Amino acid sequence: MNWQLIIFWILAVIALLCAIGVVTSRNPINSVLFLIMTFFAIAGHYLLLNAQFLAVVHIIVYAGAIMVLFLFVIMLMNMNAETEPQKSQLVRFAGVISGGILLIVVLAALKKADPALMSGKSSDIGLISNLGQVLFHEFIVPFELSSVLFLSAMVGAVLIGKKN
Amino acid sequence: MILQIGTYLLVEKFILISIVLAISLLVAMYSTYAERKVAAVIQDRRGPNRAGPFGILQPLADGAKLFFKEEIIPSHSTRFLFILGPSLAMLTACMTGAVIPWGDSLHLGGHVVPLQVADVNIGILFIFGVVSLGVYGIMIGAWASNNKFSLLGGIRAASQIISYELAMGLSLIALLMLTGSLSLNDIVRQQHGFWKNGYFTWNFFRQPIGFLIFLVCAFAECNRTPFDLAECENELVNGYHTEYSSMKLGFYLFAEYVNMFISSAVMATLFFGGFNFPFMDHLGLSANWITILGVVALFVKTGFFIFLFMWVRWTIPRFRYDQLMKLGWKMLIPLALLNMVVTGGAALFFNH
Repeated sequence: MNWQLIIFWILAVIALLCAIGVVTSRNPINSVLFLIMTFFAIAGHYLLLNAQFLAVVHIIVYAGAIMVLFLFVIMLMNMNAETEPQKSQLVRFAGVISGGILLIVVLAALKKADPALMSGKSSDIGLISNLGQVLFHEFIVPFELSSVLFLSAMVGAVLIGKKN
Repeated sequence: MILQIGTYLLVEKFILISIVLAISLLVAMYSTYAERKVAAVIQDRRGPNRAGPFGILQPLADGAKLFFKEEIIPSHSTRFLFILGPSLAMLTACMTGAVIPWGDSLHLGGHVVPLQVADVNIGILFIFGVVSLGVYGIMIGAWASNNKFSLLGGIRAASQIISYELAMGLSLIALLMLTGSLSLNDIVRQQHGFWKNGYFTWNFFRQPIGFLIFLVCAFAECNRTPFDLAECENELVNGYHTEYSSMKLGFYLFAEYVNMFISSAVMATLFFGGFNFPFMDHLGLSANWITILGVVALFVKTGFFIFLFMWVRWTIPRFRYDQLMKLGWKMLIPLALLNMVVTGGAALFFNH
């Protein structure tokens, strides 16, 4: 067993345990903290794949910005186990079904995945210069379209905020 | 791939990490002393002068005092998170030093020892990532205290740091357009010397507005006056560390000084040439001496920025919260965007 495999297993176990922790913990603060741990484990996986840029952007965007906002909102509303409303049976049922559908999608994607990409040999596609070349040459139109999508979402958020 | 490293390298890096950590802590320790002395000079007082000659043992006395104080964990707090908060604050403060190039390479008996713990090709993003995690220490500690003043302090810290991170990132993008590299080592090497081809080589002279924005944001990220709304005494008792005592409080205070040291070093590295100094090619000294002088130069620049932090703290009053948000969102971010557009245009114009 080489080092890479050992690290992979450690990270995988941490990621899975923390992901389970996100859905099982009663306190929303603990959920968010578990989710942050999961993000870190996944960033570790990116590093193992030699995708440093992806790893650090994952940390900055998800752990550093989005999760801070999550934590912020939860703290501001002071949500905890006592004040959380009891969810109806219907909501739980819908949750199980949507989770199951997501699982099927992930399984289908895994089944179709190219095994050559998983062969463990290092590729430099995740380094920032290569990623930039690909994004701004090959995928320039989808990239710009998604940025327009983000902009419209931002404008929408501002509009909703203005109404009150 | 990344894990095939020799024992020699491992030992070398271990020593380097220990030295960087020790120096960060030492500088942070004496920053507390320097802060009190600077405050004293500005307010026409003497400052600490009892412990040792000129009071230079004061930081040790303060440290010992903090260690021996009673450790209190409030009964209604979340115990684990209460301890995790200051630990995280200290951890993230100490992590950033890893990617800063503290000096050029040393040549020791056939071995070339680079004075940088890790030359990763995403150095700036690493710093940015760690800085964005720094707020967790404050938020978690504040929430776990189960005190409304702590919570308000933590929430203020979070919203302030998120707001100023945006402007900081935008000012860095303008800088990166000119350097074309995210590696701190490359950025420092591009600023070699002081004067080349009829212009200054240091990035400050190419990005003065970017530097100003970065400086203001660094003050905000370190929770220093005039941005220390998170621990504003006359509104929030002591902000996020109201419930803390003993060394856990010490960690929060200490993390602030380590952050200050590291952000000063980052500013010196990105905008003021890092370990480069004027006339470094004309002294006729051996490479090792130039390297050592370079380390000294970096520390002089860092020291100046630490002094600037203190100078500002003791001369400028605290902002009101709405003023803070207005400055961040309505002035710094548009200014940073404008700077980015102008820099991009200028870079295109001069390259063609």
